[in-house]
Amino acid sequence: MEPLERTLDDIEAAEPQRETMLVNIGPSHPCTHGTVRIVVEIDGESIQRADVQVGFLHRGFEKMAERGTWAQVFPYVDRCNYVSPLLNNFGYALACEKLLGIQVPERCVYYRMVLSELARMVDHLTCTGAMVMELAAFTPFLWMMKGRDMVYDIFEEETGARVTHSFGRIGGVAKPPSRGFKENVAAVVVKLLEIVDEVKRLLYGTRVFLDRVENVGVMAAEDAISLGWTGPTLRACGVPYDVRRAHPYLAYDQVEFDVPVGQAGDCYDRFAVRLEEVIQSARIIEQCLERLPDEGPVCVDDPRVVLPPKDKVYTTIEATIQHFKLIMEGLKMPAGEVYSYTEAGNGELGFYIVSDGSGTPYRVRIRPPCFLITGGLEHLITGAMVPDIVPCFGSLNMIGGECDR
Amino acid sequence: MAQALIELLQTKFADAVQETHAMRGDETVVVDPTRWLEIARCLRDDDQAQMSVLVDLTAVDFPDRDPRFEVVAHFHSLGLGHRLRLKAKVGKPDGSGAQIASLTSLWASANWLERECYDMLGVQFSGHPDLRRILLYPEFEGHPLRKDYPAHRTQPLVPYREAENIEKLPPFGPDEGMPFGRRWRDWVPEEDDADELLGGSKGQH
Repeated sequence: MEPLERTLDDIEAAEPQRETMLVNIGPSHPCTHGTVRIVVEIDGESIQRADVQVGFLHRGFEKMAERGTWAQVFPYVDRCNYVSPLLNNFGYALACEKLLGIQVPERCVYYRMVLSELARMVDHLTCTGAMVMELAAFTPFLWMMKGRDMVYDIFEEETGARVTHSFGRIGGVAKPPSRGFKENVAAVVVKLLEIVDEVKRLLYGTRVFLDRVENVGVMAAEDAISLGWTGPTLRACGVPYDVRRAHPYLAYDQVEFDVPVGQAGDCYDRFAVRLEEVIQSARIIEQCLERLPDEGPVCVDDPRVVLPPKDKVYTTIEATIQHFKLIMEGLKMPAGEVYSYTEAGNGELGFYIVSDGSGTPYRVRIRPPCFLITGGLEHLITGAMVPDIVPCFGSLNMIGGECDR
Repeated sequence: MAQALIELLQTKFADAVQETHAMRGDETVVVDPTRWLEIARCLRDDDQAQMSVLVDLTAVDFPDRDPRFEVVAHFHSLGLGHRLRLKAKVGKPDGSGAQIASLTSLWASANWLERECYDMLGVQFSGHPDLRRILLYPEFEGHPLRKDYPAHRTQPLVPYREAENIEKLPPFGPDEGMPFGRRWRDWVPEEDDADELLGGSKGQH
């Protein structure tokens, strides 16, 4: 072995110049549960610049929506946020109902609310579960997936599908609640709350988890507002804006619930706000189940809007014609434009729809909450460390289908 | 409540407001596109308006009209709780000249929203710091949400991209993952070994 003859000065002189390095994360990376490409320029471990590139899941839904009837948009909105499709379904249905100027019956209102809140619970459980899984806590993820599956069983019973339901209808829902709906939901909600409680007890006392999320990815409230953040990510920054509270739709003004807010706006707050919202959703469900009537229509009584019952279609000529016209020509929307917004899993989900008075949408603009939230990722990770990308990205809950449409 | 906003704009920018309506309670103001930035700034800073959020920005294509595109922005005031839709009509019927001022200096959310609007409809936002495609790839031809873009149109096959400093982008080449000082070039396999290791034809009997 050669003797080490170099002095310390020699070594310092020989040290290469600091040079930044480009590192490419994604578009399909095991630590990002979504197709997003993050190109970061790093100096050592710290991120100097970041470029977040989305669009890998772009399927052109807004273009496709201009080619069918208004009712045929439902399957597309299903596939936007595929973690909570019912929220998208009802959001789009509400936008069309706003343009038509109709109100759905009470039974439908509460039925939609129960299903919406279940979908929101699923959304939050999936997001928080995936986030902690990427931080190597696999157990909570499995517990939460178990809870998600229970809710999916209910969805399957109600809608016939586990994930992409296409259950919303303009002017109502596809089917009335099944028998035993209330009992099933009440039983599952108790189980979900147990899971949340267990996850909290496991994670909130774990140093390994807290060190990864506390004071990591801090977002100031004014920056979040300027970036157009909504939903749990905005509330984690301390802004108590919830569409359900600020601009109530369905019957959210008649139920009691709290809007949990964070303080620091870090990854921990975003995680905690989502878990708290699961508990609030359970409160809403409990109140809605009490008020959900057992009898009554779930669709508006308007033959121009709602499909006739199938037994009538097969036996009477009037219903056959009505069915034919609604399917072939589509429901005729009044010409005009509306912007309707609801609180989806990630925040304000808006639909800006323009109608030219025909049976085909002229323009369906989906305002996805997580497109703008992902737009803030660059701000969040610039100056942070490479491993911080994982909790930051996880806590934003970017859903590729919704972000890219 | 937002009716007061329409009146505010009408008094402040009397010559710029082209039309107003409030269909289904959505107050809408159509303004002169050359005053777009100025009006948006007023909406953000005025005490009566306080539009803290740019909720959405998009455009709608009307190929039979002149100007052809409607740029549509939705604003929301977190403090006062009201909303307003602001529209401006831009572009010639052949699709050119669709240009409007960028709102990125006022709201950070305008950055991605305007990029998407440019990507999908080809509206140019002057003053945008980084106006490139966001949902589609750079070689994409045309703007798919324009009504004259046929839905069945196919795009040309994209060749491998010419990128500068490509040797610095990952993957880093045959040395990637090797410890420093143990480069694979250092190790030159014997001729017989190489055939066997690399699956040559010699050893296949």
